[in-house]
Amino acid sequence: MPGIAGLSCKAGRGGKGRTLNFDYTDDQKALKDEARRFLADASPLTVARGVLDNPEQGYDKELWARIAEQGWCGAAIPEAYGGHAFGYVELCALAEELGRALAPVPFASSIYQFAESVLHAGSEEQKKAILPAIASGTSIGTLAVTEGPGALSVKRLAVRFENGTLTGEKLPVADGMVADKAVVLAVSSNGPRLVLVDLTGSGVTREAVSTLDPTRGAARISFENAPAEQLGRDGDGFELLQRIYDRAAVLLSFEQVGGSDRALEMARDYALERYAFGRPIGSYQAIKHKLADVFIRNEVARVSAYLGAWALSSDASELPVAAASARIAGCSAFWLAAKENIQTHGGIGFTWEGDCHFFYRRSRHLGLAIGPAKEWKRKLTDRLEVQRGAARAEGKAA
Amino acid sequence: MNFEDSPEEAAYRAKVRSWIAASKPDLQELPVDQRLVWTDGHKNAMRQWQATKSDAGYACITWSKESGGAGGTQIEDVIFSQEETAAGIHDPYYITGLKMLIPAIRKFNDDPKSLARVPPAVRGEEIWCQLFSEPASGSDSAGLRTMAVRDGDEWAINGQKVWNSGAAHADYGLLITRTDPDKPKHKGLTAFWLKMDTPGLEVRPIKTMGGDSELNEVFFDDVRIPDDQRVGEVDDGWSVVITTLMNERAAIGQSAGLTWSDMMDLGASVPTDDGTVMDDPAFRDFIADLYVDAEARRLIGFRILTAISRGEPPGPEGSAGKLIWSGLTQGLGSEAVDLLGHYGIVQDSELSPRGGAFQQRFLWSAGLRIGGGTDEIQKNVIAERVLGLPGDVRVDKGVPFREIPSGR
Ligand SMILES: Cc1cc2nc3c(=O)[nH]c(=O)nc-3n(C[C@H](O)[C@H](O)[C@H](O)COP(=O)(O)OP(=O)(O)OC[C@H]3O[C@@H](n4cnc5c(N)ncnc54)[C@H](O)[C@@H]3O)c2cc1C
Repeated sequence: MPGIAGLSCKAGRGGKGRTLNFDYTDDQKALKDEARRFLADASPLTVARGVLDNPEQGYDKELWARIAEQGWCGAAIPEAYGGHAFGYVELCALAEELGRALAPVPFASSIYQFAESVLHAGSEEQKKAILPAIASGTSIGTLAVTEGPGALSVKRLAVRFENGTLTGEKLPVADGMVADKAVVLAVSSNGPRLVLVDLTGSGVTREAVSTLDPTRGAARISFENAPAEQLGRDGDGFELLQRIYDRAAVLLSFEQVGGSDRALEMARDYALERYAFGRPIGSYQAIKHKLADVFIRNEVARVSAYLGAWALSSDASELPVAAASARIAGCSAFWLAAKENIQTHGGIGFTWEGDCHFFYRRSRHLGLAIGPAKEWKRKLTDRLEVQRGAARAEGKAA
Repeated sequence: MNFEDSPEEAAYRAKVRSWIAASKPDLQELPVDQRLVWTDGHKNAMRQWQATKSDAGYACITWSKESGGAGGTQIEDVIFSQEETAAGIHDPYYITGLKMLIPAIRKFNDDPKSLARVPPAVRGEEIWCQLFSEPASGSDSAGLRTMAVRDGDEWAINGQKVWNSGAAHADYGLLITRTDPDKPKHKGLTAFWLKMDTPGLEVRPIKTMGGDSELNEVFFDDVRIPDDQRVGEVDDGWSVVITTLMNERAAIGQSAGLTWSDMMDLGASVPTDDGTVMDDPAFRDFIADLYVDAEARRLIGFRILTAISRGEPPGPEGSAGKLIWSGLTQGLGSEAVDLLGHYGIVQDSELSPRGGAFQQRFLWSAGLRIGGGTDEIQKNVIAERVLGLPGDVRVDKGVPFREIPSGR
């Protein structure tokens, strides 16, 4: 797509001298193609099915090892902390491919959430101590936030961090059975804090819980005076979490785009091959318009994710707004694509043996991972209000 | 038009409510894994329940007493099933037989052998399944290929059916076959009823995406059916299909499940900073929309019953009712898991609200949009039969069945 905004170059709002190249660069495309080829071989849907049918595994170990070998875990981790520093857009490209492959691995927990938490909020020593093993994939991390039903709230947090120990219960923790480290949101006498804990250490008990998407396992984790340390020196944990969530939202939105594209392709392929009333079902406008609607939502998700990638990779002040829109568009695209993929397949789409339900499950797994779209809609409108207020104040001052 | 119970109806409601409360099966006595539908434990409990209803005159309320019913009214039937639902009874085993298939068989056959199947069905001793769909014939229900070839007084059946609800638990089935592939597709079909343990017939359960095995494949390898089990005339099976599908639309109009009041309970149980989700204006809007659709669907069900009680065929409002139902059910499942936030991914009989019923609904609703006529087919029905818009260009019309393009 020549002519639309390079993710690598700044497509800032002013428009002064901006290059219009809103797409991956050639190098990024090459990386993405390579990732697609690699995953087509290493992560066909039979791998996801293997975990679905044996949910106690929690993830596919061999696939994780192969992904780690590719260096993907360290894609956005600086070299000083053992990473490969390809860049965030590159990480986004990989996320898109992992989403498309429905890879049953804890990449989202360990990289978009845990590594981003440490990078964003950790101290220099913590980064040095923890990130190299994350970047090499030998260690798996996760972010433990949720404690019960409903929107996340500081007021209702019960897990406590006191005198260097953590007490209370988190449920559900994504990839909580397979991670060895977690960043935990907890309350302390100084307010909410992000805290690092070794999940293999003392005072930690975990139990697998079944979820809508068994290809990405989850746990209930209880802490009883588990030794823990604060992530970074200070900062309100809830505020920090919001910034980490913004970063994760962009990365997750690429997984959503990849998954939505794949679901649409499956539906398109089936619509070409399946006949009813002597015609391919794809020749009926009901199916054509359905798939065209899915395509439109996928495009909305794609461009929103691209803008998010640009904001993430350039630490732009637009990130909070761009991340929230990418999140909202990604959730709605993947849900639509996943459910209409089943619908296009008819009865076969409703079976366990068919692959359609993987996408249905994964779309909701990703859609709830850092809070549902409805919470992000509220955030987005709040942020737009702030942004507009600031722009007006600037206008007045000038 | 009056939707309030009349004094007699209110009295009937009070009577059946207390009878149901006193007589209903106690599923809690079953092992946890046997409380689910389509398990043997659940099925046997419902079998017992059907017998209890039959003894008390509450099975097939609208049927005449001679045919095992209670000689009651449509309204009484509706009131009874409302009260059954309110009492938490979910029974998918008998609707197919008693509301769809047996009435169709009785419309076409009045021989003693066919009629002998009625009383045991009413008493719950015999469960029925619908053997219509095939791998290459779902929406296109006349496109079926299972062949029946006449051999003296019998027919030899070969072929395959699929998506047959409850076939693994059924004692009898209503089968549609092709008897003349040289006629246009609607013209060469013939219907039969048969025992599910007839030699040569094999049922293989299909695991659905929700994890249960409601659906099945049914294979026919030279299955022999005597000609006196034929339903209707030879090559007139399409009339049997249409009758059954009409009955299905009417029956679907009545079935229930989680609805707005369950969503209000859920909303009230999920905390927010200063109250519960019930205080959230967006959620309140959602409940209002859900209520309007759920009520509309219920009332459309009444319109269908009104037509039936006047002896008219139910109109295409059944399609509207089904579409509203499938849409609101998927919307309900989706909203329910979302309002739980990240916790919504948990699907666990102890940790999830209502033992995971909302997550189950989230998954199951995907099939509701397909079974009993897909969303798209229902919309075509409305566009073509209600609005009078021209049908799609048909490449299969008037063409001998053998010559219709099939994609494989
Ligand atoms: C839960 C469940 C229970 C069922 N129970 C039974 C049962 O008990 N007995 C039984 O015999 N069958 C049963 N079925 C089968 C059901 O009737 C079929 O699955 C359904 O009719 C769709 O057929 P199909 O699966 O072959 O999909 P297809 O007909 O192949 O449809 C695929 C897609 O194409 C669309 N499509 C097809 N034709 C058109 C058109 N003309 N215009 C626009 N779009 C079109 C469909 O809407 C769908 O989106 C059940 C199915 C389910 C899911």
